[in-house]
Amino acid sequence: MSVPVELMDLDQALEQFDPAFGIEVHVELNTKTKMFCGCPTEFGAEPNTQVCPVCLGLPGALPVVNAKAIESAIRLGLALNCSIAPRSQFARKNYFYPDLAKDYQISQYDEPIAFDGYLDVELDDGTVVRVEIERAHMEEDAGKNVHVGGATGRIQGAEYSLVDYNRGGIPLVEIVTRTVEGMGARTAEVARAYVATVRDLAKALGISDVRMEEGSLRADVNLSLRAKAADGEDQHAVPLGKRSETKNVNSLRAVERSIRHEIGRQAALLAAGGKVTQETRHWHEDTSMTTPGRSKEEAEDYRYFPEPDLLPVAPSKEWIEELRGTLPESPALRRHRLQESWGYTDLEMRDAVNAGALELIETTVAAGASAASARKWWMGELARTANNDGVELADLAVTPAQVAELQGLVDSGRVNDQLARQVLEGVLAGEGSPGEVVAARGLEVVSDDGALLAAIDEALAAQPDVAAKIRDGKVQAAGAIVGAVMKATRGQADAARVRELVLRKFGLEG
Amino acid sequence: MSSISRDDVARLAQLARIDLSDVELDRLAGQLTAIVDAVAQVSQVATPDVPATSHPMPLTNVFRADEVRPPLGQEAALAAAPAAEGGRFRVPQIMGEEP
Amino acid sequence: MTGLIGRTAADLAQALANREISSREATQAHLDRILAVDGPVHAFLQVDAEGALAAADAVDARRAAGEQLPTLAGVPVAVKDVLVTKGLPTTAGSRILQGWVPPYDATVVRRLRAAGLPILGKTNMDEFAMGSSTEHSGYGPTHNPWDLDRIPGGSGGGSAAALASFEAPLSIGSDTGGSIRQPAAVTGTVGVKPTYGGVSRYGVIALASSLDQVGPCARTVLDTALLHEVIGGHDPADSTSLDEPMPDVVGAARLGASGDLSGMRVGVVRELSGEGYQPGVSARFAESLELLRAAGADIVEVSCPNFPYALAAYYLILPSEASSNLAKFDAMRYGLRVDDGASTVERVMGATRAVGFGDEVKRRIILGTYALSAGYYDAYYGSAQKVRTLIQRDFDTAFAQVDVLVSPTAPTTAFKLGEKLDDPLAMYLNDVATIPANLAGVPGMSLPSGLAEDGLPVGFQILAPARADDRLYRVGAALEKALESRWGGPLLSRIPTLTEVAR
Repeated sequence: MSVPVELMDLDQALEQFDPAFGIEVHVELNTKTKMFCGCPTEFGAEPNTQVCPVCLGLPGALPVVNAKAIESAIRLGLALNCSIAPRSQFARKNYFYPDLAKDYQISQYDEPIAFDGYLDVELDDGTVVRVEIERAHMEEDAGKNVHVGGATGRIQGAEYSLVDYNRGGIPLVEIVTRTVEGMGARTAEVARAYVATVRDLAKALGISDVRMEEGSLRADVNLSLRAKAADGEDQHAVPLGKRSETKNVNSLRAVERSIRHEIGRQAALLAAGGKVTQETRHWHEDTSMTTPGRSKEEAEDYRYFPEPDLLPVAPSKEWIEELRGTLPESPALRRHRLQESWGYTDLEMRDAVNAGALELIETTVAAGASAASARKWWMGELARTANNDGVELADLAVTPAQVAELQGLVDSGRVNDQLARQVLEGVLAGEGSPGEVVAARGLEVVSDDGALLAAIDEALAAQPDVAAKIRDGKVQAAGAIVGAVMKATRGQADAARVRELVLRKFGLEG
Repeated sequence: MSSISRDDVARLAQLARIDLSDVELDRLAGQLTAIVDAVAQVSQVATPDVPATSHPMPLTNVFRADEVRPPLGQEAALAAAPAAEGGRFRVPQIMGEEP
Repeated sequence: MTGLIGRTAADLAQALANREISSREATQAHLDRILAVDGPVHAFLQVDAEGALAAADAVDARRAAGEQLPTLAGVPVAVKDVLVTKGLPTTAGSRILQGWVPPYDATVVRRLRAAGLPILGKTNMDEFAMGSSTEHSGYGPTHNPWDLDRIPGGSGGGSAAALASFEAPLSIGSDTGGSIRQPAAVTGTVGVKPTYGGVSRYGVIALASSLDQVGPCARTVLDTALLHEVIGGHDPADSTSLDEPMPDVVGAARLGASGDLSGMRVGVVRELSGEGYQPGVSARFAESLELLRAAGADIVEVSCPNFPYALAAYYLILPSEASSNLAKFDAMRYGLRVDDGASTVERVMGATRAVGFGDEVKRRIILGTYALSAGYYDAYYGSAQKVRTLIQRDFDTAFAQVDVLVSPTAPTTAFKLGEKLDDPLAMYLNDVATIPANLAGVPGMSLPSGLAEDGLPVGFQILAPARADDRLYRVGAALEKALESRWGGPLLSRIPTLTEVAR
């Protein structure tokens, strides 16, 4: 039964209330084996074919830590500018659920592997927001439940469930932010950008597939509202409101939309004199709303205690520094370096980033084109084409190497800009490489002076009055002859050269 | 002295997923109160300056290489299952949600 | 006891090596004995005649082919039902695992098999190793072969009774708070809890992960050492197992058997002998001390002032860890499921655990859940872990003065079945002398030191520093030699004859 949810208009909500948010991101590591046993972690295997006594929770089985997972967690922590704990400990989080093979999850509690970091998040308009990271810790994933018999495959109304433990035990790193305040109207945007940045970071580190739609990157979003402070009043003096935690947010778009929804929902509730319940909610992409989870009388008591079967993890300073050396350049640092090297303005750089053209331009430049020309093609003609066709730049049927090749043809004078655009069309149409298209379509610039002179003579003969003007010294009149020659050669003449030849004929310079 | 009430025991039994009869609830409340009283003395000597020991032997950094070992196999995994269907463990209707 | 079953494991091993007997003969003899007396004793939950004889035959074949075999190859062994055995039902003494057949072997079981020891079967125990009398087994108690109306100790009463009734020459036990040592004491046998991490816990159904250890049990110190050597050593599947060479326990046992303990400093723990100990227990203890002194040892009294808190700390740490370890028995993947067909997961879990677990298990799970609860952690579990630190410090201080510590193993001899069932706290007091070793992780041995005034066996406990298990065997062997000299033979020669079932 769905109850219509009251939503306040977003602008109105932001006038009255000040939102604060926090995000917990789970990164599923791409290690070959699970966190505590040697079972393979491949996606899509037959159910319960990637399980052993350890991850199945059989009596007597014991966990042993995957060294690679520790390495990935430390690298992620370092990339998040965290301190790496000289000593961290695993802990048991005890609760009963059919997809939890031991009915406790091995996680970390008060001694996480990384803590007190930050991530600088760049928004579309170039503003940088520093999101503080409280901690990053390691834990194992649970198995997967499939609910049978209900209408929509969800829990409610299901007759029974089927459990596959293949996913159980796969390593996760959970990253928890501190509360992010004062983002006002940009709250949803910042949240989305944060998750995107974490995603890019994990991808650059090579530690995860980070595909939200596949579950290798998951986000839980917390949001609360407090009354907007009056002028002169300190906003921080107003206590933070109760927060809701929204799960099942499995795309960047959903991060943004669910926050906007929650702001509107909580604002309407508070404005009507109601109270926000501290609860878990679920985001529904299809209906664009959150619904409350089952209400619990009291919060679950996880009875955390140090995992007695696992010894503390105490990475040496040497090992940490060695891992620090393996960190790729941060995306932000990389962008600044490229901008300097390419000489783009801030606006040009930002546009390139937003269009997703950075790597394309980089590769094009590496293939020999100048940064300016690379930008001209990707942000000009190709961006227009992509837009018209409704695809991403990277999906166009032309490679950076080909773009560089094309620019090379222009630089060498074999084609002019107009011809180059035709060549590009040909490449996009699948006719082959730029060189091949030029040959096949005969698009080369005519560079033979003899041929040009012949065309000039024809044009002069056809426009005697223009010829007369030129003879009289009117250099600009040469333009008409050039135009005629260009027309006659279907644009395949080098206009500058034609003009030069025309003027020389009359003993002029210009 | 701390006293464990019948309600306390009921709440703990819920947390531990053990159905207890009324008789058991009462009996346990009495027994546990006595036991807890007897063991509460640990807090007398457990002063702030004494560190906790969770592992008897001071080992650290015990790891294994990220190398695949042969799994059990679906049949062996499901062999003792009270109920199974389509290669999965079949469990009754789940009321609550994943905590 | 005459015949093959009356011999020590070392004797049998020698005879096997000399081809005087075959493993099949030795194994069959013990299977026959089990058939004859296990009705009343009930040491075994599962007897695997077929598997044991097959293993025996395999060893005989290898020996016939001229292969060089490990020392104990062909000597049968019984295994406490807390270790998983592939293909053989394993219950941990609980109804919740009735009929469960593990798909894998515990590492210790693998090592027994690899060393050629035929496994006779699985022995009875208090449910999930919680108890000191084996009365909490879901399958009925084991009876002490010295007096069938009395308890054989616990939780490993089955492993000890199997030895005392000559059903097996060797057995494997587990010790979390005395579950090897206390049954050894009340049955007149030898049992050792190794240094924590000295023997793999992989495949051992967990009670309290930071306290559990698997150990060897036998009728003599040397036999125990020989078995210890087979099962000990690093296991990469157990993160807590020690990655270093084992101490030379067999060498130490042989050295000790020379009877010379000159230079050995022995500490009597003041806090573990005194009030609450049965007169006969204290008397036998004092006599044993005299024998150690006569063998050349220096005896001093040492104080371990935090030991009085050990019992309390134990009964907080154990239930806490156990409440978590036993959560996996939830009717989803294996074991008992109580389901009326219309139920939810939550109700099936609750109903199954209500039926499948016995009273003592329920009691400790609830206690443990309480001790770990939000708001109570610091006062209970957290504090108990601090007491553990203090106990370790006491041991460190004591071992700076002496080489081994000694005490009576248990305050009383075997009490009658049913006597302490209604008073859990009274039952817990049986472990007061054995618990400190588990908290600290140090190794301990119990060996027979005589009979008390009631004609029942008394045990002598030796404790050594962590990793110095060999000291237990040296001192134990020396004491055993002196005692048996005085007795004119092993203590078990005085055990009343069990009535055999007519065949």
